[in-house]
Order: sequence, then structure tokens, then C-alpha cells
Amino acid sequence: MTTSYKVMPGPEHFLPPSAASMGIRLPDPGQAHIHGTIVSEEEAMEQAARQFLSAKVPTIFPGPLVLWAWNDKAAKKAKAIRYLYETIKESVDSSQHAMLIPMPDYRPKYPKINPEIEINPNHPNLTIWHNKIDACMFVGVHCHQANLSLKIIRGGTNCYTIAMCAQAGHEDAMLSFRDATAEKILRLADWVKKLKGSVAPPA
Amino acid sequence: MSKERIKIAEELFDIMPAEYQDLVKRATYGNEQRGWKDIGNAKELIEEHSLCAGCPESMAFRYILASLPNPEDTVMVGSTGCTSLVFPHVAVHNIHSLFGNQNAIASGLKRALTVRFPDRPKDVVVLAGDGATVDIGLDMTLQAWFRQEKFTTICFDNELYANTGGQESGLMQKGFVAKMAPVGKTFEKVRLPEIARESGCHYVVNCTVSKPNLIEKVIKNAVHIAREIGPTYLQLYTPCILEIGKNSMEGLQEMRDSEKPTERFAYKEYVSEPAKELLAELAAKEKERKAEAKKQLAGQTA
Repeated sequence: MTTSYKVMPGPEHFLPPSAASMGIRLPDPGQAHIHGTIVSEEEAMEQAARQFLSAKVPTIFPGPLVLWAWNDKAAKKAKAIRYLYETIKESVDSSQHAMLIPMPDYRPKYPKINPEIEINPNHPNLTIWHNKIDACMFVGVHCHQANLSLKIIRGGTNCYTIAMCAQAGHEDAMLSFRDATAEKILRLADWVKKLKGSVAPPA
Repeated sequence: MSKERIKIAEELFDIMPAEYQDLVKRATYGNEQRGWKDIGNAKELIEEHSLCAGCPESMAFRYILASLPNPEDTVMVGSTGCTSLVFPHVAVHNIHSLFGNQNAIASGLKRALTVRFPDRPKDVVVLAGDGATVDIGLDMTLQAWFRQEKFTTICFDNELYANTGGQESGLMQKGFVAKMAPVGKTFEKVRLPEIARESGCHYVVNCTVSKPNLIEKVIKNAVHIAREIGPTYLQLYTPCILEIGKNSMEGLQEMRDSEKPTERFAYKEYVSEPAKELLAELAAKEKERKAEAKKQLAGQTA
């Protein structure tokens, strides 16, 4: 199935269609997608690094799968995420503000959450709006909750979304990796380092 | 899951919200002696809640969560009502069921947990309002008891449908006039504790939540008996202060007034013979543990 639909930063509208229903398909192993177009993983790495370096508030949202030390693999990923965050922080200029905001669990925290310190999948737009986040990466979030968040973000914000998914990837992200490992996250950090100084900061 | 498994990744510990750090550092998971006296000393398993100011249900939640003997291996099943506003703030696994379905969900859950974890006690505790337990879900409530499903059912009895504006419920007292029941209830309050006993529950208590030590005792008894023997039922009076025309500060007094010997929430308890034997066994073990602790303390100070 071919489609002219592109998964672009929003706000698309209140209830954006799921990208899968618009014909966007998931990448095969070794691939990724950018705006719904299948590309090589390296191409996506470069694009993700550029997004981080050109954003005013590049942000990583680690989810429960990496925030909690379930096993050695999770702890290793947490270490890699911290390294990626520190790398982004060192690589951006003083007008940019890198953030690392956790999604500790998926409980619908009503009546409110504190958007400065956490993100909740049931109203992720609150954290995006509050911190003026314009590029973010989800990592360690269970797929169904990531899909929910990514759609809400695309519907109501202009944030560029990246998914570092440990499974098959996310159509609803503007850029999605699949089969995430600690090594893959570190490779992305290497790309950020490599492109440091070559990407224009936001105007 | 043991407390040892509930660890935050070292590299991301500092970005976790304070309540999660507290839950790992100061909560009473894994502590067999946990109880209501931990409130104020340890991290509670309930964060801020969205109930009305002074709501007795919030007191009940705090006492129950402080008293669960095995919270890391407990799953609570809730239903539609004010309780469903609280469960998102509770640090115990919980499932929201369709209105009235809670005891059916809990039956399947308990059976599945028993198959999946044959060597580890997994407790299931249903917590629902009187509408879910006695009206809409009465079929599921009774059938679970008939089948001798091994879990605890707790009914927060506020004697009406509170969060939809005060409609009549089966547990409403006769003659009571509510905002949405203007002619007054025409029949008696359903006698569910008696029905529970006749339906096969091994431990049944009817009381208010005015006394935290009492709530700790009945919760522990109910969970232990359900784990080993069969269904247990607690009917706890948690008045809706808004719907009965009281102020925020008057919930506790309302409960005290309602638990007087001639009132409808005078303490009533039923314990089956096998349950009595189990409680005696548990009491003997506890006595032994205390004697041992005393001996150790004497040894340390000598």
C-alpha cells in the first residue's frame, strides 16, 4: 500500500488519525522511519541527532522499562540514556535547554501532575506545553502507552517526536527506531557528538 | 515481587519525582509488621487523592493500605464510584472493573495468580462502593461467595450513590431522603453481612472506619482468612458527608454516632470455625514472635 500521508509535527487536530490507518508501515530490522518513510538506521540516527541539536528544548522521556532496574539490561539502558542526555547537554549552546523528564508509570494522575518533573501518557501535552519542548524522544515506554502519548502530542503540539522502541517501532512518531538496545542509544550519542557544531541552533 | 526488585535505575534516580524515591526508600513493602501506626512515620502507599475534604473514605483508604499484610503481592480490584478516583494515586497493583463486575474479575484474577505463582501468596482484595457491591454487582458478589473464591470483598458503604448526586441504594437506611430520592427509601437496608455469612463467607465484619487499630485488625484477618480458607467480607461505613448534609469536620463524629450499640453500624463480626482455628494459629505465632523479640532485646541490653 502506498500513501501520501506524512507523520509531521502538529498540531494536526484534536483527534489525529493513527498513522497506521493512514498507510504508514513499520520498518524491518535494521531500518527506521522518518515521517513514515522507511530509511536506513544510520540515516535516522543522523536525523535524530540533528533534531536534538536544532531544538530549543531537546528532551528525553524515559519510561518505566528503563527507570526501574528490572534487570541488568534495563540498568544498562538507563546508563546509556543518561550518557545520551549528558552528550546532548554538552553539545547544545546556551540558548538551548536539554531536559530529561521521567514517565514513572501510566496511572492517570488526576486532577493534576507536575509538568516540570514528570510526563504522564494520558496528558503528555501538559508537559510539552509547560516546558516548551520542541523535540523529544520516548524510550522505555510500553508500546501501547507510547502510541497513546505520541498521538496526543501530534494532535495538540508542534513537538517533533522520536521513538527509541525496543520492539517494532512506532508509526505515530515522526522518527522511529526499532529493536532499541543500550548500544543503539550510545550510537545515537556518538552521532550527536559527531554533528556538534555543524547544526545551526534555533533562531 | 519483592521489595528488592523495586529499585530505581541508579543513573536515573535523581530525576524521579520525590514520591517514587520515597516509595523505594521509606515505604513498608516487605515489612510483615506493617500497620496503621506507620502512618506519619513511613511513606504511605497513597499519594494525594481527589476525594472531598474530610471524606471518611480517604481515612478508610489510608488505614486499609497501611494494613494490607502483603502489599507488594496484592492486587486490588475497584469499581465505578468515588473509589475509582483514588486508585490512580495508590501504589498497589489495581484493576478497574466495569460497574458491578468486580467480584467476577477478582475470581478470574485470583485463579490465574494461583496458577502462575503456586509457591507465593498472592492476595486479591476487592474494594467497591455499595452500589457496585449490593445493587448493580450483587449477582457477581454472591456468586463469588457461593463458589468459595479466595479473596476479600470490602464494601465502602456510604448508603447511597454519592458521586452521581445521591440516588437511593440497597444499603440506604429505610426512610432516608436523598437529593435524588425525594420520597424516601421505602424498604429496609439490605442485610448484606447476614447474606454474606449465609453465602459462605468465612469472616464477615460490619463496622465504621473510626478506629484505625480496628481496621488494621479486620483487614489483616480478612486477607489471611481469604488466602487460606475462603471468601471474606467487610462492610465499612464511610459516610458521604456531602450527601447527608454534614461538614468536612463531621465525618468522624457521624461514624462514632453510627457505631453505638443500638445503631446500624454497631460492630458485628462472624468467624467460621476453620477461620477461628486459623486466627488462633496466627495469634500463637505472633505471641511467639513477640516473646522472641523481647528475649533478643533483653539480651542486647544485658
